Amino acid sequence: MMTEQQTSTNLSNTKLAMWVFLGSECLLFGGLISTYLLYKTRGNGRTLPAEVFDIPFTSVSSFVLLMSSLTMVLALSAVSQDNREAGRVWLLATALLGALFIGGQVYEFTAFVREGVGFTTSPASSAFFALTGFHGVHVSLGIIMLMSLFIISVKGNLTQRNAETVEVVGLYWHFVDIVWVFIFTVIYLIPVE
Amino acid sequence: MTNKHTDQPTGEVENTATNAAGVGIGTSTAADSTAAADVNATATGSSTTDNDSATDTVSDNSANTTGKDVVERPLGVFTRPEGGRGWRDWLSTVDHKKIGILYGVSAMFFFLVGGVEALLIRLQLAAPNGSVLSADVYNQVYTMHGVTMVFLFIMPLAAAFANYFIPLQIGARDVAFPRLNALSFWIWLSGAIFLNTSWIVGGGGADCGWFCYSPNSGVAFSPSHGVDFYAVGLQILGIASLVSAVNLIVTCLNMRAPGMTLMRMPILTWMLLITQFLLLFALPVITVALFLLMFDRLFGAQFFNPDAGADPLLWQHLFWIFGHPEVYIIILPSFGIISEVIPAFSRKPIFGYQFMVASGIAIGFMGWGVWAHHMFVSGIGPLSVAAFSLSTMFIAVPTGVKVLNWLATMWDGKLRFTVAMKFAVATVAMFTIGGLSGVTHSVAPANTQQTDTYYIVAHFHYVIFGGGVLGMFAGIYYWWPKIWGYLLNERLGNWHFWIMLVGFNLTFGPMHILGLQGMSRRIDTYATGYGFEAWNMVSTVGSFLIAFAVLLFLLNVWKSKRGSPYLQPPGPDPWDARTLEWMIPSPPPVHNFDTIPSVHTRDEWWHRKYAENEQGEVVSVVTAEEAAQTGDAKGVHLPSPSFWPLAVAVGFPLIGYGIIFNLWLALVGGLIVLTSLYSWAMEPADNPDTQHDDHDHLQHDDDNAHTEDHDNQDSQDSASESPDDNKDNKQLTVA
Repeated sequence: MMTEQQTSTNLSNTKLAMWVFLGSECLLFGGLISTYLLYKTRGNGRTLPAEVFDIPFTSVSSFVLLMSSLTMVLALSAVSQDNREAGRVWLLATALLGALFIGGQVYEFTAFVREGVGFTTSPASSAFFALTGFHGVHVSLGIIMLMSLFIISVKGNLTQRNAETVEVVGLYWHFVDIVWVFIFTVIYLIPVE
Repeated sequence: MTNKHTDQPTGEVENTATNAAGVGIGTSTAADSTAAADVNATATGSSTTDNDSATDTVSDNSANTTGKDVVERPLGVFTRPEGGRGWRDWLSTVDHKKIGILYGVSAMFFFLVGGVEALLIRLQLAAPNGSVLSADVYNQVYTMHGVTMVFLFIMPLAAAFANYFIPLQIGARDVAFPRLNALSFWIWLSGAIFLNTSWIVGGGGADCGWFCYSPNSGVAFSPSHGVDFYAVGLQILGIASLVSAVNLIVTCLNMRAPGMTLMRMPILTWMLLITQFLLLFALPVITVALFLLMFDRLFGAQFFNPDAGADPLLWQHLFWIFGHPEVYIIILPSFGIISEVIPAFSRKPIFGYQFMVASGIAIGFMGWGVWAHHMFVSGIGPLSVAAFSLSTMFIAVPTGVKVLNWLATMWDGKLRFTVAMKFAVATVAMFTIGGLSGVTHSVAPANTQQTDTYYIVAHFHYVIFGGGVLGMFAGIYYWWPKIWGYLLNERLGNWHFWIMLVGFNLTFGPMHILGLQGMSRRIDTYATGYGFEAWNMVSTVGSFLIAFAVLLFLLNVWKSKRGSPYLQPPGPDPWDARTLEWMIPSPPPVHNFDTIPSVHTRDEWWHRKYAENEQGEVVSVVTAEEAAQTGDAKGVHLPSPSFWPLAVAVGFPLIGYGIIFNLWLALVGGLIVLTSLYSWAMEPADNPDTQHDDHDHLQHDDDNAHTEDHDNQDSQDSASESPDDNKDNKQLTVA
């Protein structure tokens, strides 16, 4: 494609736009993480989210999400080498790993609700569900994008020329993963005193 | 390569497909259109799908040429709009200039709405024990006045300038993502209408002030749906601004003409770029706050419920982390505008260009470190108060740099006091008054006295109206001939200016005194005997003078338009100005530049017209008419119009109503958004059959770029060509 050489920064418009957008997303999650940190001990006399965390379970689902970043890289690498078969496999793998993570989150949420920590229980629980829910929505949007790419690929239209589209979706996907690394560390691993 | 333009006076680069600046909107080789489609594709992966539908385009086009009815898009309900005239054109346009006009006209409409609300407030307060509005309605009116003026008037008016002038000033044919640009506008408009429908279906407007402090904003204290509309409506408006910010940042960074380095960009573009960065980082914070508020009110979350142990200060922090950068989002575009107007009418380059840029950037950074000065009396602790007090004093420095630079620009200049210049000078003066009263707020003990009094109201109106709105009017008078091709009447403009300036000072000047006398903000009335009567009456009279001045402005527009056929057209450069937008005809042709200019210096256009002789005097080299482009280039390939941005935007208010009233409606809205987004992605950014004024380019088929593209793009290439081209191609092959 000629787009690479045509811009003032030599970055394609879509890629730059995604970087800029991700900059904005940082503050979105920044606001939500701050809210949780402010509220994490305010349990309204009920169970705190931190008291029902299942660290081993969430560690596994975090690992699943991190592995999806690896498959995303493999997908991009395959598409840029015009290896369509492998590109399709890795795109699907990434989407499936993402879906597995979401499944884990749904299970975690229902488990928490059963243990008496619902969305409306306390400021702490509201903040926890808002933050992790927001992240879950981001992962889900990423899965929709990946599946769109997968369908395009099945139709035979995802060629080397479109490698950049895969890269841009990949940028988003890696960002969402990195945010989860923050959330997992700050929310789950650092104990509430 | 394909254009038959007349020779340009100075070194232009030909606008070839490989041109560094004409990204995606190069001249009309069919090969370009495929490239353009990719460049203009959205971030959601549509570039992959473009190829898919390019084939369909051909079948559509064939159908057209054989005289059948227009064939529908594979996924869509819309046939591809073809540009043309009338309302369809405005609904489907992706032209940054038209979108700028749409923003500007809608903003002026909401200026009138917010103005009527302001007059209601002033009528209520004109005399003691006012009974024009009930206390409840008064709360709604002042809240909606603030929200309307900030989000529905001054921000979109700044967006109008940004849309219209950033591409022109950096020498581009359009913004980076033309359809996303249309999307921003339509989402903004849908959000604006949504917000105002709360008067009808929401049981009244929001009544919590534009800052909407918790727990006042909770259901207990604000039981109508007004605050729900506020929370959801502002989120919709935020999406619009976010999309627009991403788009314009990419445009500024990526679409500059050859030689247009960052430090050659006009100050207006610079200030608008900084504004977009502020929007980019401030909007997500308010989005979080509004999201939490929405969930509190509608789904029983506990974010702002003090009974459950929530902290009411959370809202204040989140709101003002957005809210203070927002102040600079409002003021920086106006700073940019007067930084163009003052040099043009002083016949001097801007004094200290680097300092102007650097102080703008400094304001952009420091604007993030002062938010808690809105909260000095809310008990944030002496250390925080001291820190934010200092940072607030400090931010006056870059602002002061700007004021001094404007003065130095005028110093010893050949001043011409046109209406635009008068508005610009008034902006400097009024903003300085507002800035100085702002510094008095930064002194924490004084602030404690001033908080929640009319002194604050006086301060921010001097900044926002005096600094923001007057500056916008300077821009309107300055660029009116460029946008519409006729000048606004200077005599009526003078009346407009003086009445507005006097009215403004009569309205907001006395509020300083009222505030220091102890009159509280947001009270719906006051008793006799406090000494508030006289100044309130003066203020009300002043507000009606402002309203009269606005009517004069509208009269001026109407009269100037009516008189324009009998006057000499203003030509490309009526003010003998300095920046690139003045080197193209007024109004600009749809493709902006016949050839993308090559930039060699700051104030490029000025330096094409003037040079220094041996004695160091500035002499005219060539007149503006001679140096300007003629605007008659043929066959410039432009992005095609689309209805999908509008269709996506229609879904958002439905989601909003759905969240408030019935979630099924939100599902419908969500499906509309999703379907439209997918249809959008399936639609090529560029319909190759439109906007080809001539098809003679195939005679230049030996063009390098074109051939190169044939190599790269194999079969896709012919698919994206229009049927006429295909025919010609065959003939060529045969030949």
